Amino acid sequence: MSNWKLICKLDDIPQLGSRVVHWPERGKIAVFRTSEDEVFAMHDKCPHKGGPLSQGIVHGKRVTCPLHGWNFELATGQAVAPDVGGCKTFEIKVEGGEVFLAV
Amino acid sequence: MSKPRLVLIGNGMAGVRTIEELLKIKPDHYDITIFGAEPHPNYNRILLSPVLAGEMQIKDIILNELDWYKENSITLHTGKQVTHIDRANRKVVADDGSEEHYDRLLIATGSTPFMLPIPGNDLPGVIGYRDIKDTDEMIDAATKHKHAVVIGGGLLGLEAANGLKLRGMDVTVVHLGPWLLERQLDEVAGKMLQKSLEDKGLKFLLQTQTEALIQGESGRVAAIRFKGGMQIPADLVVMAAGIRPNYALAEKSGIYCNRGIVVNDTMQTYDPKIYAVGECVSHRGIAYGLVAPLFEQAKVAANHLAGYGIGRYTGSVTSTKLKVTGIDLFSAGDFMGGEGYEEIVLNDPYGGVYKKLVIKENKLVGGVMYGDTADGPWYFQLLKDGRDIHDIRDSLIFGQSLVGDVGHAGNSKAAEMADSAEVCGCNGVTKGTIVKAIKEKGLFTLDEVKKHTKAASSCGSCAGLVEQILASTIGGAYTPAALDTKPMCACTDHSHKVVREAVVAKHLTTKEAVFAEMQWKTPNGCDKCRPAVNYYLISSWPHEAKDDPQSRFINERAHANIQKDGTYSVVPRMWGGLTTPSELRAIADAAEKYNVPTVKVTGGQRIDLLGVKKEDLPLMWADLNAAGMVSGHAYGKSIRTVKTCVGAEHCRFGTQRSMDMGVKLEKMLFDMYSPHKVKLAVSGCPRNCAEAGIKDVGVIGVDSGYELYIGGNGGIKTEVAQFLCKVKTDEEVMEYSGAFLQLYREEGWYLERTCHYMERVGLDYIKGKILEDEEGRKAYYQRLLDSLKDARDPWETSREGNAIKQFIPIQIEA
Repeated sequence: MSNWKLICKLDDIPQLGSRVVHWPERGKIAVFRTSEDEVFAMHDKCPHKGGPLSQGIVHGKRVTCPLHGWNFELATGQAVAPDVGGCKTFEIKVEGGEVFLAV
Repeated sequence: MSKPRLVLIGNGMAGVRTIEELLKIKPDHYDITIFGAEPHPNYNRILLSPVLAGEMQIKDIILNELDWYKENSITLHTGKQVTHIDRANRKVVADDGSEEHYDRLLIATGSTPFMLPIPGNDLPGVIGYRDIKDTDEMIDAATKHKHAVVIGGGLLGLEAANGLKLRGMDVTVVHLGPWLLERQLDEVAGKMLQKSLEDKGLKFLLQTQTEALIQGESGRVAAIRFKGGMQIPADLVVMAAGIRPNYALAEKSGIYCNRGIVVNDTMQTYDPKIYAVGECVSHRGIAYGLVAPLFEQAKVAANHLAGYGIGRYTGSVTSTKLKVTGIDLFSAGDFMGGEGYEEIVLNDPYGGVYKKLVIKENKLVGGVMYGDTADGPWYFQLLKDGRDIHDIRDSLIFGQSLVGDVGHAGNSKAAEMADSAEVCGCNGVTKGTIVKAIKEKGLFTLDEVKKHTKAASSCGSCAGLVEQILASTIGGAYTPAALDTKPMCACTDHSHKVVREAVVAKHLTTKEAVFAEMQWKTPNGCDKCRPAVNYYLISSWPHEAKDDPQSRFINERAHANIQKDGTYSVVPRMWGGLTTPSELRAIADAAEKYNVPTVKVTGGQRIDLLGVKKEDLPLMWADLNAAGMVSGHAYGKSIRTVKTCVGAEHCRFGTQRSMDMGVKLEKMLFDMYSPHKVKLAVSGCPRNCAEAGIKDVGVIGVDSGYELYIGGNGGIKTEVAQFLCKVKTDEEVMEYSGAFLQLYREEGWYLERTCHYMERVGLDYIKGKILEDEEGRKAYYQRLLDSLKDARDPWETSREGNAIKQFIPIQIEA
């Protein structure tokens, strides 16, 4: 069973924006919020050249890496074709305006 | 609920392209069924010539593998010819008796070769040149027979003749016209082409009319007889005397046809449930036989089939290229000229180069090139854009590199480059990789090549070269989009021009309003369009439209430049390149306090602190602010620096106080966002130590005042700034350069540098706005000052309210 950890309020993440979570055991996690207030979490490291995805532009349910423009599906962490690769995703949920990460 | 059914008759390039466009914009809308008379999946018909010539294989030219149909749940009937359309019951019937109901029908039956109505035209060994079967038959004939005759000296005929010759046959081309390719070339170029082909061993009979084909003892064709009685041996006769739109099926079914299936600008036939695209269509009285227009039609038809109802097809200007290896030939538009037209001709018969440009009312309307076609795509772009060429007329004929190849050029001839040659220096992509991707993935546009190979997707300086490679690989199938109609990105069909104008005309002040009004296809755009839209909003409605940080690239959101390891670089502003001991001390202190690994002097006369952690940025800025320094905007599509020399303040040659002038300009422009970055320079005398000749605005002091230069660029493609005017006072320097920059801010498209903007609109246009209209100039200047009146340092504001949050990571304890 997942252990949920409160990380921040939903409003601490801007719509179509992100925050970075430092998690000593797992490294840096990027947490994204869409325009529909869905949240997603994945490793903050592009499989291409290690770019911090948290710093990319969020659009729809995707994020564009700030370094070389690869696109990733927030839900699966997979790169959008024709690029190939993926990032590990993490379970995350919003309850009562607060964001919880599965640890 | 079952989906509506869409049936496509014709599994060729135009029809399947329409389906692809449809799937792109509205997947899963229809149940799709495709009928193809040939036993193959969709292939690139244009590349049959390289197959015949032995340069490619059939498998190389397949555009959609059978798996593609499966993946998209398309029912495909190959080898079945539709014989009847029952419009009353909305169903089609094929020759094997199979039936399909439709809610929408798309007809793309293409064309058939025109077989001359002469005796013997149905003999074995007499064929047209249209499909894989014809190609196979020619390849087979070349192994068994000697004499080939090709009737028709057009593009297809010459490509067939060349292929047969390469396969060892003795080939004669019979042509009715006075010179070869008379629909694509003028007489001079036609004769040059004939000479080159004769050197390759082909024979020609011009102005010769065929009378009959004669049967041999084997039953196969054996000879060809011409009017006047001459007769030559022929074991294979290829008819390439033109094509006829294949509209018999439609006509038989009662759909209105007139030398083609008649369609309106939405590609709809007279039966509103039935659309038609491709060579079978007659649009505004024209049936197109080249691929590029068909793709434009496909896009429009797909949009209407998807029910969006946007987009009209209004006809195409076409260009052609002969796919015979070793022969460079390009023609476009109205190339014959004549009365009312002006011509510029370059003719070097010994060097084998001929170029003719046809001009009407200061616009390029057509051209022919032979021997050196490297500039073909560029001329074609000028032609499609309808750009006034008055200011570049004197060097137009010598091509883009002489006119100024700002960021678009491919100087080397794409066709002659080795496969191993590097095309994209940013991403290390070779020509071979690009050509392979174009062929294997069936790519037709620059954007597709960018996506699949990454070539031209970083700095973009090789885009012109990539376009040339596309043009030389797929020939006539390539059409560059006119700049002002090219969609911004995949989220919209609208161009930068249209969106910019709509933001102003409809008083749109939020991105949501733009996306709704302009019917964006995605809920909130993408990384390409959102920064552009945000810029258009804040530049068109300053103080009214609110800046959206989430629509900005990270550098502008974090007010620092992201580096490859995810750290940032910090560049404090040094007005006019001037600093003080106390500022330097504060910079040194900050560098030590935050463990800055690299300190570098920049090209813009200031100091760069590289390798700062994001969470340290606001702290470092607070320290720098306390010492009186502000952001240098080294990260933005904005004012960067005003570079100066020491000028009359110290220099023994100086005529003007250039440092002072530079500081005034930089203070005036502080926090100015623009379509792309903007750099200025002020030199105190014509020795020009501040290098003003390669800046967006360059100011050079002379004894009697200042000379102003605009549109220079020292980056991707070095571009020398153009002389704008001479002024007397410092105030005039501010007014004229401010007005020019505001004009660029209001009319430039996002990511267009001043040199690109100037190339697009022309220097004369800018002079008209800035020099000849005093009231207009003052109004531009005033609007610039207004929009910058309450500019604040972004480093300071980043500590206020919610803005600070992005810099602070969330910690999870172990």
